[in-house]
Amino acid sequence: MDSTILAILLQDGVVNGAIYALLALSLVLVFAVTRVIYVAQGEFVAYGALTYAALDGGHLPGSVALLGVLGLAGCAAGLWQARGRLDRPAVLRLLGETIVLPAVIAVAAIILAPMKPGVLVEVLLTLAIVTPMSPLLYRIAFQPLADAPVLVLLIAAVALHLTLTGLGLVFFGPEGFRAPAFSDITITAGPLMIPGQALWIGGLTFALMTALFAFFERSLTGKALRATAVNRLGARLVGIPTERAGLIAFALAGFIGALSGVLIVPLTTVYYDSGFMIGLRGFTAAIIGGLGSYPGAVLAALLVGVAESFSSFWASAFKEVIVFTAIIPVLLWRSLRHGPAEEEE
Amino acid sequence: MNRIRLAAAAITFGLAGPACPSTALADTIRVGVTISTTGPAASLGVPQRNTIALLPTQIAGQTVEYTVLDDGADSTRAVANMRKLIEEGKADIILGTSTTPASLAMITVAAEAKVPMVSMSASAAIIAPMDAARRWVFKVPQNDSLMADAIATHMAAAGVKTVAFIGFNDAYGDGWSKEFTRAASDNKISIVASERFARPDTSVTGQVLKMIAAKPDAVLIAGSGTPAALPQKTLHERGYTGKYYQTHGVANNDFLRVGGKDVEGTVLPAGPILVAAQLPDSNPIKAKALDYTAKYEATNGVGSVATFGGHAYDAAILFAAAVPDALKSGKPGSPEFRAGLRDAMEAQKNLVMTHGIATMTAENHNGFDERARVMVTIQNGAWKLLP
Repeated sequence: MDSTILAILLQDGVVNGAIYALLALSLVLVFAVTRVIYVAQGEFVAYGALTYAALDGGHLPGSVALLGVLGLAGCAAGLWQARGRLDRPAVLRLLGETIVLPAVIAVAAIILAPMKPGVLVEVLLTLAIVTPMSPLLYRIAFQPLADAPVLVLLIAAVALHLTLTGLGLVFFGPEGFRAPAFSDITITAGPLMIPGQALWIGGLTFALMTALFAFFERSLTGKALRATAVNRLGARLVGIPTERAGLIAFALAGFIGALSGVLIVPLTTVYYDSGFMIGLRGFTAAIIGGLGSYPGAVLAALLVGVAESFSSFWASAFKEVIVFTAIIPVLLWRSLRHGPAEEEE
Repeated sequence: MNRIRLAAAAITFGLAGPACPSTALADTIRVGVTISTTGPAASLGVPQRNTIALLPTQIAGQTVEYTVLDDGADSTRAVANMRKLIEEGKADIILGTSTTPASLAMITVAAEAKVPMVSMSASAAIIAPMDAARRWVFKVPQNDSLMADAIATHMAAAGVKTVAFIGFNDAYGDGWSKEFTRAASDNKISIVASERFARPDTSVTGQVLKMIAAKPDAVLIAGSGTPAALPQKTLHERGYTGKYYQTHGVANNDFLRVGGKDVEGTVLPAGPILVAAQLPDSNPIKAKALDYTAKYEATNGVGSVATFGGHAYDAAILFAAAVPDALKSGKPGSPEFRAGLRDAMEAQKNLVMTHGIATMTAENHNGFDERARVMVTIQNGAWKLLP
């Protein structure tokens, strides 16, 4: 191995690591706020990727229909959960979020899809279609369980993952898709050849992290989310609607998942079930980072990306094994250092 | 429950017919189909399921009823489906399944129940070495060895001495690695790098750097479907200028769409159905393959045909060809009829299918020869038959 190969592998690892970092961030966020280990996060990557690829090809993506179905189900679930204490503003708000919003997005998609409106509009439309699914799923699957133990929430999340994979097959079909890169520019720096897509990934990841940081540090909603993460009961006592916090956390996770999907679909072929493996790497990073620390998760994600890139050079047949086994020594070290984790409450 | 009763209309007709309804029902030939319409092999299973819908409901004057179950490429489910089809559905023959591991698991059930089965997956291990259990098992796709030999011969003729191999990190890649290593040594070609990648990988830069460092005359990429385009795109990006070979796993139009100009000039072996229209008229496969393509596209849209669906059609051709002789052995639903089906399938000579011409023997339950593969290249975004 010479320095050129070293540099290329590092660059490759960092680009992949950036995607894993985004996913790890949203996993940590959702876990902190709602205690759900969001296994279905990966599905949003696949949904985002496939929706963008369909829009790019000028077709109406299957996810629009899925959004409509989820909207109706979310509305029914919301009405059922609030039965007995329904008032006009609450119902109107629920209808707005579960029926009107998906309908508006669907109409926009139906009008815009055949026009091939260009990369920016397609990306925004993809995010608009996929992001609302995540809070809708929170309403349907997790809100009724909000006070259940972590294990029950995990099992619900696994069930959700399996359901979403199946729905992915129904709405997107079995074939994989790939979309062209946002730009064909390639920057050559010495032996390094940096494709435009890598710059987009790096830039958007950095921008998103900065935005998240500002959101949590500066805005009232962000502070409310942090408060919920620190202590749900306490947050509720001081008047923070913790259910809202859950919805917002899931919406952020859906947004980040969809964006990651849009970013990787020019790099690889994405199938309806590809999201899980990508999400799993984000999960590995989140675990290595301790499932509680945002900078820890980002660093771990970059590490996972670089480890993956180097193991694909040295021992490509064992790449997956190497990446996923890395989690074992970290877990050992953590449990030796901190003792067994206890369930709070 | 993914149960499709295609012959529902035919049965109703049989029940309402003037003759005694019970005899009409007893004469129905029941075909059990288990394929992977969901899961990782769904891109194989879906065109296969669509093909089953096109099959005739009358063969040799008998009503044929198809029951399709999905196994999600899971061996356990495939075996459970097969038992269900045989015990509850009283199937006379089993068509399926789409993947090799699941097909291998089904062999014992076929032998136990003495019901013939026709697999639609590629590995030669399904029918070789021939033994008491595999007597009941037939396989319609070409053996990997046939395809590997074709590639190695083409490489040798093109003056290739060194090859870098990159394949899927699963049964497909491993099978190809083994077959190609053998075929390459037969043709005095040395393999200078052997790498693996996984279907959802977003980057193969590490593997590609290692392959380029070995300076091969050609690379062989053993992947199926559109993910096989990724190593080729990365090799291009990194400035590799040698020859590219792919396997028949990429022979569908999605690969062309995804690969774009980076896959121009790639050489691969494929079933003749892929370039049916370019075959000479003297080739009997041409008419068969074009007929299937027309039927498939009439219901599923222009350009929708995939070579994988052709395997399901071939399985049905083999079954249909065996029915007349089998009827002489016994009535449908009887053990004699099932044994008769098996014997009649084994006795097929020069049976024209969409993927080749099969001559079965007691030892060879695939029966394909060189006529079952053509060398194809990609030219201007389309498949082109090589002479």
